[in-house]
Amino acid sequence: MNNIRSSSVFSPFDGEKKSGNITEIFKNKKVLITYLTAGDPSLDKTENYILAMAENGADLIEIGIPFSDPVAEGKTIQDAMTRALSKKIDLDDIFNAVVNVRKKSNVPLVFMTYLNPLFSYGYEKFFKKCADTGIKGVIVPDMPFEEQDEIKAFTDKFGIVIITLIAPTSKERINTLARQAEGFVYLVSSLGVTGVRSRITTNIGNIVSEIKKLTDTPVAVGFGISTAEQAKEMAKDADGVIIGSAVVKIIAEYKENAATKLAEYVSEIKKIIQN
Amino acid sequence: MSELKGKFGIHGGQYIPETLMNAVNELEMAYNLLKNDGQFNKELAFLLNEYAGRPSELYYAENVTKKLGGAKIYLKREDLNHTGSHKINNVLGQVLLAKKMGKKRIIAETGAGQHGVATATAATLLGMECEIFMGEEDTERQALNVFRMQLLGAKVNSVKSGTKTLKDAVSEAMREWSRRVDDTFYVLGSVMGPHPYPQIVRDFQSVISKEIKEQLMEKESVLPSTVIACVGGGSNSIGAFYNFIGDKEVELIGCEAAGKGIDTFETAATIAKGRLGIFHGMKSYFCQTENGQIAPVYSISAGLDYPGIGPEHAYLHDIKRAQYVPVTDDEAVGAFEFLSRTEGIIPAIESAHAVHYAMKIAPEMKKDAIIVVCISGRGDKDVAMIAKYKGVNINE
Repeated sequence: MNNIRSSSVFSPFDGEKKSGNITEIFKNKKVLITYLTAGDPSLDKTENYILAMAENGADLIEIGIPFSDPVAEGKTIQDAMTRALSKKIDLDDIFNAVVNVRKKSNVPLVFMTYLNPLFSYGYEKFFKKCADTGIKGVIVPDMPFEEQDEIKAFTDKFGIVIITLIAPTSKERINTLARQAEGFVYLVSSLGVTGVRSRITTNIGNIVSEIKKLTDTPVAVGFGISTAEQAKEMAKDADGVIIGSAVVKIIAEYKENAATKLAEYVSEIKKIIQN
Repeated sequence: MSELKGKFGIHGGQYIPETLMNAVNELEMAYNLLKNDGQFNKELAFLLNEYAGRPSELYYAENVTKKLGGAKIYLKREDLNHTGSHKINNVLGQVLLAKKMGKKRIIAETGAGQHGVATATAATLLGMECEIFMGEEDTERQALNVFRMQLLGAKVNSVKSGTKTLKDAVSEAMREWSRRVDDTFYVLGSVMGPHPYPQIVRDFQSVISKEIKEQLMEKESVLPSTVIACVGGGSNSIGAFYNFIGDKEVELIGCEAAGKGIDTFETAATIAKGRLGIFHGMKSYFCQTENGQIAPVYSISAGLDYPGIGPEHAYLHDIKRAQYVPVTDDEAVGAFEFLSRTEGIIPAIESAHAVHYAMKIAPEMKKDAIIVVCISGRGDKDVAMIAKYKGVNINE
C-alpha cells in the first residue's frame, strides 16, 4: 500500500557531503538541539537568544519561520508565530538575522518551516540564500517523503539537507524513511502536535533501535520534551534531544529579557544528557 | 506512480505531517476496497434513499423563469435532504466507511454548521462518538446549528486560534486527528485536504449530477445548457459538475463568495484573488499575502468563508472547463430574498450566491436554454443573520 519510491534517485556522495556538517556534531556526545521562532519577540532578540543557547551547550539550533496556520504545532508555538508575524517580518529579514549570527558563531543552524512561505518566496531563491548564509538543513512538517520532489531539486543543487521526520505512527514506513535520511533523523516522540507533555508514553527505545538497524544517520528525539528528567530519559536511547516548546515558553514569559533564563535552562539540560 | 497520486494537473497531493501519512494511506486502501463493494454500496444506497430522502427533486422554477424572462430555470433541491443540505451525501458515505474500518470516533470541521450537523446526525445513526470543530466566530453567527449538533449528541469545540473561522476549524481538526489517529476518523466536509479526500468527497457528492442528468433527461430529453453552484471548498459544485465534465456543451459555473467585493480585502473569492500555494494538505489556489501567509478572508456566508478551493476545481479552472465568478454579499442577499418571494423557497445564503448568477445570465439566454442551479442547502439557519444584515430586529 505504500507506493514510496525507491531511494535510487539519491546520490550517496552528495548525501555524505551535505550531511557532513550536521552529522559531525553527533560524534562522541549526546546532542542538544533547541528551537525558537524567528522574530519572537523580535529579530534582534532571536539573534541574541541563538547565541546565548549556542554558548551554553546547544549543538544545533532550529529557527522557526513563522507561518499563519501551522497545523503541526501546539498552542505554544502557534502563539509564538502569531507574535512574530505581528512584527511584519519577512524571509529577507530572517536571512539578515542569520547573517548577523554567522558573524559571531559557527553553531549549525536549520530552518523549521511550512511549505507555503517558501513556495511563495521561490524555492531556488530560498535555498540559494540558505547556502549563502550557512543554513545546513530544513525541517518541513507539512512535507512528507512522498512530496519531497517539491523541493528536492533545489536542496540537492544548493547542498541543503532535508531532515526526515519519523513518527510513532510511521510503522513500516520507517524502512524507507530511515534509509534515505540525511543529517539526522527527527524522531517524533508522541502523537499529536508540538507542545510540552507531562508524560511521553511511546516506547522510544524500540523505534530508535529499529531505525539504527537501517541507517547510520544519528537519531534525535523531539516533541513534548521539557524537563531535565525527560531529556535524560530520551537521551539514553537516542543520539540527541530536541527541545522546542519549552524554550519558546521561556521566551514567551521573559520576552526581551530571556537570555539568562535560556542560558541556565540550556546548560542544565546539556549537562544532564551527557551523564 | 506516487508522483501522480491524487493530483489534478499540478494541484492536489498529500502535504501533511508524517504522523498522518499512514492514516491517509489506510483510508485510501479501505476506500478503494469498499467503493466497488456490493454490500457497502447497498447499505449506502439504503441510507441515502430511506434516511436522507434521495433522490432530491429537480424542480422547474416556473415563477423564477417567467420573471427572468430567458432560460428555463431548474433547481436541484439538495435543501430537501435530511439535515437540510448536500452535506449528508458525503457524510453518510464517510461515516459508513469509518464504521467498516473499525473506527470508534468521528471528528469533523464545520463552517456554517451544515457539515457539522450532518456529521453529528450520521454519527448518531451509526452509533459513533462525535466531536465537531467550529471557529468561535462561526459558533456565534450560526448559534442555532451549534445547539442542533449538541442535541444530536455531538461535542462542539469552539476554535479560538487564528481567524476563528472555517480554516482554523480545519487546522484544529487535523491537529486533533494527529493526536488520536488510531480510533478516530476525520470526516472532511469538502473536496479539499490531502489525497484521497478530494476524490472521496467528490465521488460521494457526484450523486447530485448523476441525478440531474437522469431527471432532466426524463423531463426535457436534453442536457442542461448551464449548471451553476456555489463554491467554497467546492463540494456541492463538484457534485453538480462531475457527471457533466465530459459533456463539453454543458457550461459549468462556480460562484465564489466575493464578500464586500473583489476589490476589497473583505472577500473569499479564491480564483479571483488567490495564488497557487500549499496549505491544508493540498496544492491549489489560496488567498494569501505576498509573503505566503494565508490571508484572513470574509464572506457573509460562513460556509464559503474559506481561503482556498478544492484541487479539482483549481484544475477545471486551469483547463478552462469550468468558469468561476465572484458574487458579493449584497448580490447573494438580493437573490436570497428573490427566491424566497418568487418561488417560496428560502435557500441557504451559500446557495443564494449561485441563484444570483442565474438571475444575472438567464435573461440574456434563449428561452429553450436550461439552467440548473444547485440549491445546496436550505436557508432557515440564515434567517436571523439576514434580518440583522437588513437591520431588522427579531429578538424574541
